Amino acid sequence: MNWGLILSNSVYTAISANAIAYMLVATGLNVHFGYTGLLNFGQAGFAAIGAYSLSIPISRFNWPWPCAVLLVIVSAVALALLLGFTTLRLRADYLAIVTIAVAEIIRLSLNSVRFTWLTGGNDGLQGFTSFMEKLNPFPQQGIWLWKQKIDGYRLWLLVSGWVLLMVVATLVYLLMRSPWGRVLRSIREDEDAARSLGKNVFAYKLQSLMIGGAIGAIGGVWLVLDKQSSQPGDFATTFTFFSYTIIILGGVARVKGPVIGTMIFLFVIQFVDISLQQATKTTPSDPTPLLPTWLIDQNNYAQLRFMVAGFALAALVVFRPQGIFGDKREQAFDVH
Amino acid sequence: MSTDTSAVPFESVPGSQKPDAILVVDNVTRSFGGLTAVNVAHLEIPRHRITALIGPNGAGKTTLFNLLTGFDEPDTGEWKFNGLSLGGVAAHKVARRGMVRTFQLTKALSRMTIIDNMRLGARDQRGESVWRGIIRPIWASQEQDITQKAEDLLERFNLAHMRDELAGSLSGGQRKLLEMARALMVEPEMVMLDEPMAGVNPALKQSLLQHIKVLRDEGRTVLFVEHDMDMVREISDWIIVMAQGEVIAEGTFEDVGSNSKVVDAYLGSHHDVDLGDHT
Ligand SMILES: Nc1ncnc2c1ncn2[C@@H]1O[C@H](COP(=O)(O)OP(=O)(O)OP(=O)(O)O)[C@@H](O)[C@H]1O
Ligand SMILES: [Mg+2]
Repeated sequence: MNWGLILSNSVYTAISANAIAYMLVATGLNVHFGYTGLLNFGQAGFAAIGAYSLSIPISRFNWPWPCAVLLVIVSAVALALLLGFTTLRLRADYLAIVTIAVAEIIRLSLNSVRFTWLTGGNDGLQGFTSFMEKLNPFPQQGIWLWKQKIDGYRLWLLVSGWVLLMVVATLVYLLMRSPWGRVLRSIREDEDAARSLGKNVFAYKLQSLMIGGAIGAIGGVWLVLDKQSSQPGDFATTFTFFSYTIIILGGVARVKGPVIGTMIFLFVIQFVDISLQQATKTTPSDPTPLLPTWLIDQNNYAQLRFMVAGFALAALVVFRPQGIFGDKREQAFDVH
Repeated sequence: MSTDTSAVPFESVPGSQKPDAILVVDNVTRSFGGLTAVNVAHLEIPRHRITALIGPNGAGKTTLFNLLTGFDEPDTGEWKFNGLSLGGVAAHKVARRGMVRTFQLTKALSRMTIIDNMRLGARDQRGESVWRGIIRPIWASQEQDITQKAEDLLERFNLAHMRDELAGSLSGGQRKLLEMARALMVEPEMVMLDEPMAGVNPALKQSLLQHIKVLRDEGRTVLFVEHDMDMVREISDWIIVMAQGEVIAEGTFEDVGSNSKVVDAYLGSHHDVDLGDHT
């Protein structure tokens, strides 16, 4: 077992551009669910809209990248308005149903053969990252994080991504400590109480959807910038459920929650994954793997990693139900 | 402002006219399935008075509150607050116009502190807009004023020591107090309290009664639902009695107490006396 490689690779996974994408998507969801109490089960849809609002205009229509970035925000806001006007006046569970449905419609449309001319279908779109490569100030050979190599482009995505994430997190922090954030929390606790005190609940929910949706869309952008390819498969509902896992791990309604939650989540998954990979590996010089083949072998460890990771995460939640940064006091009054 | 409670000059009949009524209700009905929960032909609430709305369980008092404050929609009817129609007006706008209600089943914002519960109630907060919220200096001074006002009210309602606790940790009675104090943060012209005394201990009740009288003396109008007849007798200037959705009597405590329809409504002997139009 090469523990140096396992550790450095797991650490890198937890802070990489891919991780930043998860952090952003979960931060957006935290605005919806953590602060406002909106049951959005379609956050992957916002991420998909963000990703394709960048990749389609650039790959297909040669838009200058700032225009595509603007489109990312505009389409996220448009999706929020669509979801908001159709469901926010109804009971809370309708939002959950509609968001999950809309996110799936988005993914299936992106996957559809009918739209392959535009979206690239199942193969997705590539070649939209050249602007980011041109902006990259780091040399191509990159750096070594102990035993993990990070190429220049990924290092640039990592550094710029962390700056972006800090800006977003600061904005969320400033908003949530303001009286505006207080109204959001009151809606989460009891929207009728907020109404009885003269707060326009619908308008606040809509604003929350737009802001969290836009943050999620930016997360989607980072995801596909990292992969240098945008494919519909990356925006399945599991992405949304991972985001929920992340904010619950890190602590709901905490600005640090999605960041720390993502790190733990991705670290555990990656650590288990490559540890099992190494423990089941055989080489010509060493034909017996570390773990007995009747228990596990190279063909089935991939399924097992999610089980083991799931156990680890479940244990974390059981022993610290409020999450890493959550407030134990608040947990006691979890009314919903 | 002084109000002479001994000589209330209104007529003791259901739907009687009041000079300068703050709230006038006409033909408001609401039914759930086959059950007519509210059927109020005409009702006027006198300005600058404390009016009690009483009636047996299920009389439709809470439903009427919900209708008047925009939390439920009536099947028919209209009502005017300060001469302006409130039919179809959203609940938050009703509150902004100066008519603020509390809930029978309290709605404490559990995972927020008591002081934040209170601050939320304040009107026209600059920091409640998303752009201005980001920049603290824009709202910091107003926030200070709001906090001061909230602390004064908490003091009045014996909750000051709980200032930074989460509202979820309050007892049932304390939640009632918090909800009333929070409603006052809105500076309402008319306060509608749904069973404000339920679960409040007798010693505190006395001081709460005084607070409610102070509200009137400050020039506010109070309409409250209550089952505790001692309290009703002690502070009400006027009493309205509902039964089976209708207003069956109005008057002073003495008038109402001697009204046979009211007695029957409470004792439930509908067989002998016809309470109104229903069968
Ligand atoms: N949402 C609802 N759905 C169906 N029926 C309802 C609903 N709300 C109220 N009702 C019915 O309307 C009638 C009046 O209820 P309401 O809550 O207004 O009574 P109340 O006078 O406030 O009684 P209490 O003194 O017990 O609080 C009751 O018979 C109740 O069952
Ligand atoms: Mg009631």
